[in-house]
Order: sequence, then structure tokens, then C-alpha cells
Amino acid sequence: MLDFTILTENSDMFLEGFKNTLYVSFLALIGSFVLGTILAVFRIAPIKPLNWFGTAYVEFFRNIPILIILFFIFTGLPVLGIRLSGFVAGTLALMIYTAAFIAEAIRAGILSVPKGQMEAARSSGLTYNQAMLHVILPQAIKIVIPPLGNQFINLVKNSSILTIVAAGELMYQGDLISARTFVVFDVYIFVAVFYLIITLPLSYGVNRLEKRLAKSN
Amino acid sequence: MDFIGAYSPDNLLFLLQGFWMTIQVAAISIVFSFILGGIFGVLRYAKIPVVSKIAAVIVEIIRNLPLLLIIFFVYFALPEIGLKFGVVASAIIALTVFESAMLAEIIRSGLNSVPKGQIEAGRSSGLSYIQTLWYIIFPQGIRKMVPPIVSQFISLLKDTSLAVVIALPELMRNAQVINAQNVNYIIPIFIFIAVVYFIVNYILSIIARRLELKTDY
Repeated sequence: MLDFTILTENSDMFLEGFKNTLYVSFLALIGSFVLGTILAVFRIAPIKPLNWFGTAYVEFFRNIPILIILFFIFTGLPVLGIRLSGFVAGTLALMIYTAAFIAEAIRAGILSVPKGQMEAARSSGLTYNQAMLHVILPQAIKIVIPPLGNQFINLVKNSSILTIVAAGELMYQGDLISARTFVVFDVYIFVAVFYLIITLPLSYGVNRLEKRLAKSN
Repeated sequence: MDFIGAYSPDNLLFLLQGFWMTIQVAAISIVFSFILGGIFGVLRYAKIPVVSKIAAVIVEIIRNLPLLLIIFFVYFALPEIGLKFGVVASAIIALTVFESAMLAEIIRSGLNSVPKGQIEAGRSSGLSYIQTLWYIIFPQGIRKMVPPIVSQFISLLKDTSLAVVIALPELMRNAQVINAQNVNYIIPIFIFIAVVYFIVNYILSIIARRLELKTDY
């Protein structure tokens, strides 16, 4: 049976890790949402170099492992004189990686808004940017929320790689606790439960939203 | 930065060996995941009382855990209950467990895309339920499953890099071994392996997209 004294005696460390995982995931979500939105608009904007940049970014970062980005920032950049803490490097890596996926989700959302909306907005005197911001994006967001939710789940899961750069999140705290108590099995089960506390309700919510959206269409 | 030193024939050969390991582990894992995921996908699809619910719970839990945690768990925690595996076996087991949960969902939604009338038709022509699934539903569902399975294989190739934490000698690990020799190699080597991952995954993603177009009728 599981040894719950490990959980109670190390509850401060578990909670610290839980808090940090949530914190990193939120920071990275906000960052990748901003970056992803910009990239999505780049890919759709009627300016060729922006299209190319957006496409290149999305295709490149979607197709490489997130660990490369993390190691590049954490061990590669110091060669160029840029030294970042594990926490910052990890958050940046999550942001850069997830932005590519969010850009795709947002692009799909924008493209799902009928073309006539843009034409109508433009002919009512709005500029392209105004039309995008006030007419297209608000309509796209409804379609984008479920995939965004999925990306947030992925973020929470991917944030576990921060343990490799000792950033103090849940997985790392779990490793510390198991190194201290010489118990691995039970500690990892507890770590898993903490992750599930975040991800299971999210995935349930995303499922519900998707079903509701499918009905309303 | 020392590009010429980093890209010496020995180093490139070593990286190639690492990539071969990545491909082998990923390929073996996807085959096992297809079998295991197929079983779980069908169990969920078939709506057998209790059994389908249990399958659903298992799939949802595994899907919502970080893969890194599963890798750690197989390699470090299972020995505590007497299950000791080598590095390669641990990586394959962990990846198989995780990807099976992903494939179970893909296979289930593929099966769901086949109209229910097909089952009724199959059953009323005298086939047993299993026969109907195997000869009627599965062959039609597989067309919908192939593109997401290829996408999942891309994720798997990327995810295999996480096995670096248990020192599986795959591409990421071999890159780190080279990087440990000389800090000036770090950036060139990461650029190189990023390009390798990108090329292979990008080609696969184009194949996935083609297949999607083909199966769309």
C-alpha cells in the first residue's frame, strides 16, 4: 500500500512544486498566447515576408522536440554570454514551443470566420488591423478555446521537463523527495495525482466545450 | 562556436547512430501502441458495461500525465516492486504505455466515424459482433485513423528525446555526449540535430496532410 506519511511529511515540498508547475504553466500560456496570436496573424496577413516568417516558425518549432529548445537556451546561450536560470530558460522554452501550436489553433479559428466578415468590416471603413482586432478575432476565439485548453494541458504536462534544469516544479520536487526518503514508487504516484488534479478537470472541461460547440454548429 | 570541429565525421556518425536508436525505439513503440491502443480503443468503442468504463478511466489518466513522469516511473519506481528493465526496454515500455492511450483515442474516434448502420448490417448478415468489427468497421475506420496516427508518430519521434533522462543512447543523448567534450560544439550540434528532427518530421507531416486529403471524400 502507499505510504501516506511521505505525503504528509513532505507536503510543503509537494505543494511548492504544485504551485510552481501552475505558475510556470500560466506564465508560459500567457506568453505563448501572445506570441501565437502574433504568429497566426502573420500567417494570414496579406504581406508575404510575414507569411514566410510565420510559416517557418510554426513548421520548425512544431517539428522539433521541446528538449532541444530547452537545452539550447540553458546550455547553448551561455556560450554566447547569455545566462538564464533554469526557471526562466524552462518558461521560455515552453513558450516558444507552445506558441507554434497555439498559432496553428488560432489560425484555424480565424480562417473559420467567413470571409464576408472581413469584407464587411473593411467596407464599413475599418482598417485591416481594426477589422482583425474588433471583428475577426472575437469571433474566432470561440472556436479557439477548446484547442487552447488542450494546449494548456500539454503545457502543464510539458512543464515537467523543467526538472532537467532544476526549476523547482512538481516533477523536480518529486525527485528531491524521493532522493531524500529513498522511496520512489509512492512519491511518483503522489506526483502523478498532483498532475492529474490539474489536467483531468481541464480535459473534462475541454471535452464538454467541444461537445457543446459541435452541437451549436 | 566551432562548426567544423563539431561536424567532424566521427561526431556525425555518432549522431546518426543516435538517430537510428531514436527511430528504432519509436517504431517498436508505435507498433506495440497500435496493438495495445487498438484493444483499449475497441473496448471503449464497444460500450461493454464496466469494462468500457475502466478502459476509459485508464486511458484518461495516462493521457493526462506527463510522459517524463511515466519514463521515470518505469525506470526508477518499478524496480522497487521487483520489475527491473534495462534502459532501452524501459524507454519502449514507457513510450508504449503513453502512446497507447493516445492511439486508443484515435482508434476510437476512427471507429466512431463509421456509421452505426454498418454494424447493424453486418450483424444482420449473420456475422458475430467481433467479426463485424474486424471485417466491416475496422477496414473503414482505418482510413480516418491513418493521418492522426502518422501525426502521433511525429510526436513519438519527438517524445523519444525525453528518454535522455534515463540515458537512452538516442539522438538527444548522443548530442549531449558530444557537447560535453567542448562548449564550442553545443550550438552547432543543437542546430544540427534540430535540422535532423525537423526534416524527418516535416516530411512525415506532409505525408500526414496528403493522406488527410486523400481520405477526405
